[in-house]
Amino acid sequence: MTKKQKRVLCRIIVSAVGTVLLHLIPLPHLPKSILSLAVYFLIGYDILRKAFTGMRRRRMFDENFLMALATVGAIVLAFYQKSYDFAEAIAVMLFYQVGELFESYAVGKSRKSISELMDIRPDYANVEQDGCLTQVDPEDVTVGSTVVVHPGEKVPIDGVVISGCSALDTSMLTGESLPRDVGVGNDVISGCINMTGVLKIATIKEFGASTVSKILELVEQSGSRKSKSENFIGKFARIYTPAVCYGALALALLPPICNLLGGHGASWDVWIYRALTFLVISCPCALVISIPLSFFAGIGGASREGILIKGANYLETLSKVKTVVFDKTGTLTQGVFQVKGIYSNTLPAQQVLEYAALAEYASSHPISKSLQTAYGKEIDFSRVGEITEISGKGITATVDGVAVAVGNSRLMEWKGIPYANAQPVGTVVHVAVDGKYAGYILIDDGEKPTAKAAIDRLKACGVKELVMLTGDNEAVAQAVAASVGITQVHSRLLPADKVAKVESLLAKQSGPLVFVGDGINDAPVLSRADIGIAMGVMGSDAAIEAADIVLMDDDPQKIPKAIQISKKCLRIVYQNIVLALGIKFICLALGALGFANMWFAIFADVGVMVLAVLNAIRALQT
Amino acid sequence: MKKTYKIEVDCANCANLMEQAAKKIEGVASATVNYMTLKMYVEFLEGFDPAAVMPNVLRACRKIEPDCMIYF
Repeated sequence: MTKKQKRVLCRIIVSAVGTVLLHLIPLPHLPKSILSLAVYFLIGYDILRKAFTGMRRRRMFDENFLMALATVGAIVLAFYQKSYDFAEAIAVMLFYQVGELFESYAVGKSRKSISELMDIRPDYANVEQDGCLTQVDPEDVTVGSTVVVHPGEKVPIDGVVISGCSALDTSMLTGESLPRDVGVGNDVISGCINMTGVLKIATIKEFGASTVSKILELVEQSGSRKSKSENFIGKFARIYTPAVCYGALALALLPPICNLLGGHGASWDVWIYRALTFLVISCPCALVISIPLSFFAGIGGASREGILIKGANYLETLSKVKTVVFDKTGTLTQGVFQVKGIYSNTLPAQQVLEYAALAEYASSHPISKSLQTAYGKEIDFSRVGEITEISGKGITATVDGVAVAVGNSRLMEWKGIPYANAQPVGTVVHVAVDGKYAGYILIDDGEKPTAKAAIDRLKACGVKELVMLTGDNEAVAQAVAASVGITQVHSRLLPADKVAKVESLLAKQSGPLVFVGDGINDAPVLSRADIGIAMGVMGSDAAIEAADIVLMDDDPQKIPKAIQISKKCLRIVYQNIVLALGIKFICLALGALGFANMWFAIFADVGVMVLAVLNAIRALQT
Repeated sequence: MKKTYKIEVDCANCANLMEQAAKKIEGVASATVNYMTLKMYVEFLEGFDPAAVMPNVLRACRKIEPDCMIYF
């Protein structure tokens, strides 16, 4: 508790005890009134002061003004009715203060628990210069510096390991509990905790451009995009309070005047009392605090799971999602190509692979990487010469003085070499040696082990349409789609075609559309969809920029998880709106009819707020 | 230009009102207050100096909520 909160708590306790004592000890009217007023001022002086300054600035209708008016009115009525019992006025102030205290305590608590959640900001970096270490602010480290990270410390800046090996705890960033092993040459991202060995890292970014800064920026700014519910409540609060005040005025004036006109007694005190009760109920606190708190807690809870949501509006849209469109490579599949088979006619299979690996060694294409991996031996560059890369077709080179052509069917046709027209599932790399066809290598991109489970869970979440878009060929696309359980497939798409496909889907469907991609060359689609989800993009600025939701690791199961979190959060929001508004309106009706007194009104007001806040905090648990 | 300021305010409704007040200040293109993170995001119009605009923003907010604070 802060100092301010403790002071309020003291005042609450003292005045509560005072009120009870005044009630129990029989005193003559005058001393009782004076003591009661003293208690009233003790508990309510700050509210009275705020109400007074608000009035002077011609800003009526804030909750301080309402509370002041209601309680002062109640005291005046007590004098008028000669009861000299101010317990009601004191109780209203007392419970109002309890409510405020609880609110600020609960908000402070959840603020703290969320900032602890995002405690990934490194405090310092150990920069190595001329053989000695100096601790500096990460902001001051330049690109290309050497930074030493000891076990237990956070990696301060994105970089490449230049010596040492260790296991990194990435759970703060990804929610993944399994540590990641890194060694020389591996990229490391800031915010991970070094667990076992000392790492020496060459920084490749400035602190401001590092992953940790990007993430913190994203999370901290998430509140600036408000959801429809929040905007609704903001507008509602602005109309509701004045409306209730005018209602109270009408309640105080109209019935007595009607009574007078009808020839009965005016009974002013009864109606003024009811009007004052009205004022007590008019505070919109429960709504105004609990709705943003629910979203804040929901976004906070999601970030603990490695799901970064850029704003409450996206959380809201996500809960209603009906269509999910997937990119294939890197999203449903691993994005890592693997050699699945070698089919040769004349040469031994291993030799076909050797020729292909050697001819392709200079290429940076993922397919060539998979050939190197499958070959598994050190490449002797001196054996290879005359490498020509033919764009969209493949590569020709000489290996050990023999002409080798490695590529797709178009390369074989272009070279005039007859080839086996096989149609297996996967990418086929044909190999021709010395102008003669030698066979083909089948390469495949394995689907992620959790892809099927993710799709099943999405269906269970109420997603109606699942679509897969890919630039890959029909056979591969159909095979992946069938095995994970997607029926709508569009293959052979260029990046621009994907945008067009998403646009046509947007035009025909009713609910919001989510596009999930791995952030590589699908930024336009990510921003075009109602919600763009980029996955496994730690360190990729473009994707973090373009997407609305960022998944820190590349597990597709995080997508249904995100939808579940959003649904839970929105359910809490609606519960709170219905609860708070419902109870307010019931109280207003009861107050107008004279069934509710001020005690009841303030109990309802504070009670609803406490319930709404407690309910909102539930969104933190995912 | 967009800038972020740390703020101090006690109630959620006051935060909403601060946002409304800040939006009306000359030189402010848009303002958003996040009560949960106690941050104010202000976007300034072209040609206005944040250092000159922010005191006016604070003054307007103080009118609404005498206890509030914006650190700039």
